[in-house]
Amino acid sequence: MKASITLRVDGEQRSLRIDTRTTLLDALREHLGITSAKKGCDHGQCGACTVLLDGRRVTTCLSLAVACDGATVTTAQGLARGDELHPIQQAFLDHDALQCGYCTPGQICSAVGMLEEVKAGHPSFVTEGLTAPDELSDEEIRERMSGNLCRCGAYVNIVAAIREAIGKGATP
Amino acid sequence: MTPFSYERASDAGSAVARVTANPRAAFLGGGTNLVDHMRLGVAHPELLVDVTRLPFSRIESLSDGRIRIGAGVRNSDLAADRIIRGRYRVLSQALLAGASGQLRNLATTGGNLLQRTRCAYFQDVTTPCNKRNPGSGCSAVEGHNRDHAILGASEHCVAVHPSDMAVALAALDATVVVLGPQGERRIPVVDFHRLPEDAPERDTVLEHGELIVAVELPALPVAAHSVYYKVRDRASYAFALVSVAAALEVSNGRVRDVRIAFGGIAHKPWRALRAEASLRGAPATEESYGRAAEAELADAKPLKHNGFKIPLARNTLRMVLRHLTPGAQR
Repeated sequence: MKASITLRVDGEQRSLRIDTRTTLLDALREHLGITSAKKGCDHGQCGACTVLLDGRRVTTCLSLAVACDGATVTTAQGLARGDELHPIQQAFLDHDALQCGYCTPGQICSAVGMLEEVKAGHPSFVTEGLTAPDELSDEEIRERMSGNLCRCGAYVNIVAAIREAIGKGATP
Repeated sequence: MTPFSYERASDAGSAVARVTANPRAAFLGGGTNLVDHMRLGVAHPELLVDVTRLPFSRIESLSDGRIRIGAGVRNSDLAADRIIRGRYRVLSQALLAGASGQLRNLATTGGNLLQRTRCAYFQDVTTPCNKRNPGSGCSAVEGHNRDHAILGASEHCVAVHPSDMAVALAALDATVVVLGPQGERRIPVVDFHRLPEDAPERDTVLEHGELIVAVELPALPVAAHSVYYKVRDRASYAFALVSVAAALEVSNGRVRDVRIAFGGIAHKPWRALRAEASLRGAPATEESYGRAAEAELADAKPLKHNGFKIPLARNTLRMVLRHLTPGAQR
């Protein structure tokens, strides 16, 4: 069964005709050639396929593309402004927050979405009193980023990168 | 994945009519469980009716003090809602204990209630499973059953319900509002999920075509003093081995009101009515808490690999009650 949808992906309006079984991840990778969203587990367990969907971080392997018709998608490759990297991207480079790099685009999209959630006052499971945290402790960063696995185990530097990006004024 | 047609529902009534008319139709919410099941071959609907754009995404305060949560409210938005955080802490915490940030942004209130067990045999179509394929047998009874049930199981199924949110809702005496071909009906959350008995393929009392439109919370003062505690194999992003949702009000050293539900130990969120009955009016002491835990778990039956859940559940409940006791140190 086929369906026609439009998506705004990384600032560009795209129209595509897809099988209804196509996930948003496969639509991005196989139909639009946007490969920064990675296919890791394909079961919503690893976070490698994370993008921002209408501004919120989501796994794309469990979203049917047909259900996302009309949505705005930002992938890791759409975060930079021209040659200027997003502060989270720069911090990942500065802190060597990766080894093989496969989970990195998902980590970065997740971190950007996570900081928006903090800015909106969302608590996490480790937030004392369920009030919005004033600053993000390493424990908060780890809990909020737990949906992104890194098989190389670069977590120490990932936390450091996010902490520094916040310190340099990335929201919050 | 089996091919399927996709439709976006324009209103709840027509969504119900469409799914009711087709035994192989299903509602699509956030998709975080259903799409995975379709890929695994556990589910193969031929028609998906997308209900995510129906007007069920609000959290409303009703005039009598109840809260009405639209079935389409995303788990992340429900957890972050100021009223929920303030008056129903256990619910906010349970939601935040579940899945990951990315999944909570997709998953809906109605869909969370309808998620299915993560029993490895249920999700593996090459193995017998009475829940997936009625009459084929249960692979877990004699297989790897570390994650499985200690209460309410049957010889046909020993799976546990995976939701954290539903455990909190069971403790809070929430009500599920359902729309069917004959109109609306209201089902207490504690009666919404089933024990497996001889029909483990039925997780809930919903009939095919019935659509969850809302979940209602009663005005419940004790809920402001509540907590969700989850024991799991890693610190985050894992299903519960045992979890406890509890609310406690102590007055003059005695238990005035108490609500308790367990997760991870049964086919449904396990409302601990025996423990509650044993606690009501009793001194708010370690001794009472231990007795309550014993009472609730008296009928627990371990399988080969999950005997540890009995003391784990007992001790988790005691710890949670101690934590909720006024003046207690964390």
